[in-house]
Amino acid sequence: MSIMEYNGSAVVAMVGKNCVAIATDKRLGQRALTVDMGFEKVAPVTDNIYIGLAGLATDVMTLHDRFRMRVNLYKHREERTIEPKTFSNMVSHMLYERRFGPYFVEPVIAGLEKNGQPFICSMDLIGCINYADDFVVAGTAADNLFGMCESLWEPDLGPEELFETVSQAMLNAVDRDSMSGWGAVVHILTPEGVITRELKGRMD
Amino acid sequence: MDRYSFSLTTFAPNGKLLQIEHALAAVGNGSTSVGIKAANGVVIATEKKAGSSLIDVSSLEHMAKVCDSIGMVYSGMGPDFRVLVNSARKIAQTYRLTYMEDPPVRILVKELASIMQEFTQSGGVRPFGVSLLLAGVDERGPNLYQVDPSGSYFPWKATSIGKNMVNSKTFLEKRFNGDMELEDAVHTAILTLKEGIEGQMTEESIDIGIISTISVAQDGNAKPEFKRLSTAEIKDYLSNII
Repeated sequence: MSIMEYNGSAVVAMVGKNCVAIATDKRLGQRALTVDMGFEKVAPVTDNIYIGLAGLATDVMTLHDRFRMRVNLYKHREERTIEPKTFSNMVSHMLYERRFGPYFVEPVIAGLEKNGQPFICSMDLIGCINYADDFVVAGTAADNLFGMCESLWEPDLGPEELFETVSQAMLNAVDRDSMSGWGAVVHILTPEGVITRELKGRMD
Repeated sequence: MDRYSFSLTTFAPNGKLLQIEHALAAVGNGSTSVGIKAANGVVIATEKKAGSSLIDVSSLEHMAKVCDSIGMVYSGMGPDFRVLVNSARKIAQTYRLTYMEDPPVRILVKELASIMQEFTQSGGVRPFGVSLLLAGVDERGPNLYQVDPSGSYFPWKATSIGKNMVNSKTFLEKRFNGDMELEDAVHTAILTLKEGIEGQMTEESIDIGIISTISVAQDGNAKPEFKRLSTAEIKDYLSNII
């Protein structure tokens, strides 16, 4: 079994009309054993950027801390908050620095640029950025998420419609993956603020 | 054993670092440089003094582009300037490697100043014999900074360094106003240099660099670029003065 599948995860981000959504499952496992049903894989970076990390849980936790440190240093040195695209490039750089002993994570970043424009991207474990203008997926349920998003997503969905779409994509994708699930968390980022909702799904 | 393992820059009883004072004297012997921050851009200019008429003045490079959005000029020792230009360019590209964008001017200035400070507190080295004027545009708009051999840096609206700095600054105090446009600022910079120049001012004897925010006003995504004016462009400006 691959090290990326040891803990299990499902992360997805979608672009809507002047909003973005990012969602993750909540399972933390050790192979077949489920250890935690409240393991959040997504964290706020700034008010306008959220990052979700799929993959090995220890690296997920460590990297969340490292990103927070770098973003805080950036904020204090530059006296401004970091933008989504800049942050993504920083993440890519940090991952490639470990090219020959990588962090076993696949990041998914969702945010709103200064001008209100939605931004999403994902990366592989060594920092290859994939910019998308529709959706990005990561984790053990990635293939399932691809299928669900491809069928359900359409452009210019408002915050509420986007929530429905991303929730359906997440819930149905993790139901077909033994390693992810046990509930989900969805964050919708709009210019007015972030709306966070918990999803109740199959608890298995 | 090793005579140079301790710092050559040591405190004098009156609290001053004499090496830095001497470095500033070296700056004071250098050609005058001027910088003016306009409402829509920044201009930096310097006198290109050729020691003899046999020197090919057109190939003298006093103005350096650090990265697309930042340029730099100096007063003092040319060779020290070259070393700092290389350091500044490396700082800018290292920042770009991580963040995929040019550093804000104040960030570049801080790092460059930090290098200059190191040379006042390290073994076997001497301070740099230059003061620098950095001009650039970032998310805060136009910026003009001076960096001294000590590593101190100052943001300026308009300033002058080098041989004629005192008279030039007095001249600028009278001429400068915050609403100046870039064109007027270039004009004023030339006039300021003219006050202190020995002999005739020609398009070969001064170097001017500008960066403007005009393109950004038209297209939010445009990237302002620092450029040295060509001798033909300088000639145009001079014809409006003389």
